[in-house]
Amino acid sequence: MDTAVTAKKKWWAGGYSPFNVSYGKLMMWYFLMSDAFTFGALLIAYGTIRFSSPSWPDPNEVFKSFPGMGHANLPLMFVSLMTFILIMSSVTMVLAVHAGHMRDKKAVAKWLMWTIVGGIAFLSCQAWEWTHLFHEGAWWGRNPFANVDGTQASTNFTNFFFTITGFHGLHVTSGVILNIVILANVLKGTYEHRGHYEMVEKVGLYWHFVDLVWVFVFTCFYLL
Amino acid sequence: MEHTHTAAGHETAHADSSTKTIWRTFWILLCITVFEVGLAFLHLEYGFLPRVVLNAIFVGLTVLKAFYIVAEFMHLGHEIKNLILTILIPLLLFVWFIIAFLYEGDSWKNMRKDLKPGTPVEAVKIAPAEKHH
Repeated sequence: MDTAVTAKKKWWAGGYSPFNVSYGKLMMWYFLMSDAFTFGALLIAYGTIRFSSPSWPDPNEVFKSFPGMGHANLPLMFVSLMTFILIMSSVTMVLAVHAGHMRDKKAVAKWLMWTIVGGIAFLSCQAWEWTHLFHEGAWWGRNPFANVDGTQASTNFTNFFFTITGFHGLHVTSGVILNIVILANVLKGTYEHRGHYEMVEKVGLYWHFVDLVWVFVFTCFYLL
Repeated sequence: MEHTHTAAGHETAHADSSTKTIWRTFWILLCITVFEVGLAFLHLEYGFLPRVVLNAIFVGLTVLKAFYIVAEFMHLGHEIKNLILTILIPLLLFVWFIIAFLYEGDSWKNMRKDLKPGTPVEAVKIAPAEKHH
C-alpha cells in the first residue's frame, strides 16, 4: 500500500485499497458503523419515549449513591468515576497500539493488561450500580422512582436504563474477552512472528467504540 | 501481507510525537467531563442556567468528546479522506433520525394531553359552526 499519496493517484483505479487500510481494519470500521446504528436506534427510541412522556424521573434523584457512603446524597459522583475509568482504559489501549507500532512486545502486553484491568473495573462498577438499583426496587418492569412532578412514573425509565446500559455492558464484556485473547497472542509471540501488531489496532478500534458509546449513554441517562 | 508491512512502517515514521497527542486528548476528554459534571452541580445547587441551555451545552460537549475519541483515539482524523467519508456520510442519517423521532415523541405527548378523558373537546365548538354551510 502506497503511503506517499501523489496528487495524480487514482484511488479507485484498482490495485490497492482505496481506503489505504487493510481489509480487516476497514471491516472493523464498517462493523462499528452498524453497531453505532444499533446503539443510536436504542438511544433514539429512549429519547422518543421520553419526549412523549408528560414527566420523567430526575436522574440526580435516582443515581445518587456511592459504594460505602451509605445514604449520602452524591449525584453524578459514581458515574463520573465510571466514565473516568473507561476513558483511562481507552488511553492505555492507545498506548498499547502505539507500543505495537514500535514492535515493543513487553510494552504492548503491559498496556493491554491495564486496559483489561480498566474494563473489569468498569464492569464491577456497573455490577454494583445494578445491584444497588435492584435492591431499591428497580428492574425491568419495576420502577420505584417518582417523576419530577411527583406523579407515579411508568416502567419506561427502568426498562430503557437496564436495556441500554446492559447492552453497553455486554459490549464491554466482549471487549474484555477480545483483549484477553489478544494479550494471550501477544505473550505467545504470535504478532512478533507475524511482523506487525495490527490485531491490537483492530481490537483497539472496538474498545474505543465502547468508550464512545458510553459518552453518549452518560449524557442521555445521567446528565439530561 | 505486503500491505500491512508497509502500513506498519508508515506508522513508525511519525510515532515519536504521538504519545504526546494521546495524553493531550486524554486531558481534553477529562476536562470536558469534569466541566459537564461541574455545570450539573451548579444547576443542582444554585439553579445556574435554565435547563434548556444546560441540555444544549451537554449535547454540544458530548459531540465534542465523540469527535476527539474518533479522530484521535480511533485515528480516523489521520486516515485518508475516502475512509473518513465512507464512515461519516452514512452517520449523517442520524441527524434526520433524531429530529424526526423526537418531534414524533413530542407530538404523541400533545395528542395524549388533548385526548385524555375529561379534557374539554374543542370539536364540539367547531361542529355547530359547520352547520351554517
